[in-house]
Amino acid sequence: MLQDRYSLAFKLYPYARSADQDAQTPVRHPVVVVGGGPIGIATALDLGLQGVPVVLLDDHEGVGKGSRALCFAKRTMEIADRYGCGDAMQEKGVVWNVGKVFHEDRKVFEFNLLPEEGHRYPAFINLPQPHFEKFLVERVRAAQADGAPIELRGKNRVTAVAVHDDRVTLEIETPDGPYQMEAEWLIGCDGASSPLRGMMGLEFEGRVFKDSFLIADIRMTADFPTERWFWFEPSFKNAGASALLHKQPDGVWRIDFQIGWDVDRQEEMKEENIRRRLDAMLGNDVDYEIVWSSIYTFQCRRMEKFRHGRVIFAGDAAHQVSPFGARGANSGIQDVDNLGWKLGLVHKGLAPERLLDSYDEERIHGADENILNSTRATDFITPKSKISHVFRNAVLELAEHHAFARPLVNSGRLSVPCAYDGLCLTGDDALAGGPRQSRPGTPCPDAPVQDGFLLRRLGTDFTLLAIDTDAPKEMTVDGIGLRCVTARSGDDPTGALAARYLGDAGSAIYLIRPDQHIVARWERFDETAVQFALRRACAKEDA
Amino acid sequence: MTDLRLTPNIPDADSFYADLLAAHEGLSDDESAAMNARLILILANHIGDRGTLAAALDAARPVQR
Repeated sequence: MLQDRYSLAFKLYPYARSADQDAQTPVRHPVVVVGGGPIGIATALDLGLQGVPVVLLDDHEGVGKGSRALCFAKRTMEIADRYGCGDAMQEKGVVWNVGKVFHEDRKVFEFNLLPEEGHRYPAFINLPQPHFEKFLVERVRAAQADGAPIELRGKNRVTAVAVHDDRVTLEIETPDGPYQMEAEWLIGCDGASSPLRGMMGLEFEGRVFKDSFLIADIRMTADFPTERWFWFEPSFKNAGASALLHKQPDGVWRIDFQIGWDVDRQEEMKEENIRRRLDAMLGNDVDYEIVWSSIYTFQCRRMEKFRHGRVIFAGDAAHQVSPFGARGANSGIQDVDNLGWKLGLVHKGLAPERLLDSYDEERIHGADENILNSTRATDFITPKSKISHVFRNAVLELAEHHAFARPLVNSGRLSVPCAYDGLCLTGDDALAGGPRQSRPGTPCPDAPVQDGFLLRRLGTDFTLLAIDTDAPKEMTVDGIGLRCVTARSGDDPTGALAARYLGDAGSAIYLIRPDQHIVARWERFDETAVQFALRRACAKEDA
Repeated sequence: MTDLRLTPNIPDADSFYADLLAAHEGLSDDESAAMNARLILILANHIGDRGTLAAALDAARPVQR
């Protein structure tokens, strides 16, 4: 029996009987994705755009209601851009620059995100998760129309798995009854309470924070500016340890109240009680309609390994963080960006399976960084000891009057992509005087180039970026194509391209991965060095 | 670079000591704790160097007897 666990904002993949359900023996698919949330859909899209056949299974028929993940970081937008849905997301989303921080009822300070010039995308956009997911699914549909081998199966619930050396067998429940399927690779994107993780008996390690949030999407016409407001110990009644206000598209606002652990969920979710909190915050003269509300708890923890043979976990199924800093969905999308090209090469026989171990290494590194940052923010927002509270309030007091203390105020360190310094796929830095921000392991910084932007020119394959020097237009290394993009520092009169990629060097060659992380860099083209670095980036060379 | 001075460096130290206590005059225990925290953050920022700060934290730790 497939009972709905939540109601849908958009019905996007209604149940349809598949030929697999009438097959004599279970059909084997190269890749099966479990979970049709943003991470699952992005995985299917990433692989399908590479021509890798992928079947996605979800036990509902579309996107759940509620803003949930709301703040999408620049890196996520850049990844979405490579998938072909960045523009649509940005158009719908809300961009804000000013944030205000309050302690009790005093404004402590305000900051301006003022993104650095010369990037295609802003620091981040506010876009409710259902819209984010819908744009991804719409892109999947367009890709399918172009022949991408992607299948989305709604009301397909995985009830059991058996993992073998060369495949995984799945039992699936549908409205027409159960069927079996096989997968060469199974990607678990089924969320924080991942049933797949449970089926495999795998644990999470880390810290459970005894805390919860009451969140509400409200539609109101009010005079609040398009700013992010955060309160420490808000003085309006019953607000809890912190409160947060964000603007969304369509006149909707998102409000979070940190209400603590010992709460009566049923009581808290009653409309009159939610209204009481909202009225205390907004004042009695503001008219609003509650569009959606929910209570959620969070933890900061991760699986010990994300890859278990043929089964690979991504997103919340693999790791969870507290929401401060918007590192949940944003890191999940980076998981997909990391895994997609690697699995594609392995599927095509162009790289060994152990390349997938680097997904573990790199994304565990990312998860640990996110957990560290979100844990620190959580401790600052809800100090766990008396002395911690004393120091926290000292920072807030000082920040009100002195600039030095403002960087210490931690209401969340915004998600940025991590660098893979010293990890197994990262190559050598042979560019004397090269800027630190584009050292091997880092994600390519964007820069203006002629009348466009650099990242859009880099694309989704291995790329050689040649600045103020030459390199062969095309190469193939062990069957893997390498395309060269040439640029001159004069292509950007603002000087950003030179500052971000040359530094003190006179010229540069960058080897860049399909996920636009830098493998290695040199001053001039050296065929042997490039070949070695590319092979190493595909786990074909020992470090 | 660690540059923590643990040899005398305050001119007219008695006078500074009196200033420090005077700053706490009339404060409750909680207010004193709050002020100490602010002072630590202010001085830490002034020092800035992480090595020196680490050495200072070490020197300040409770002694294991």
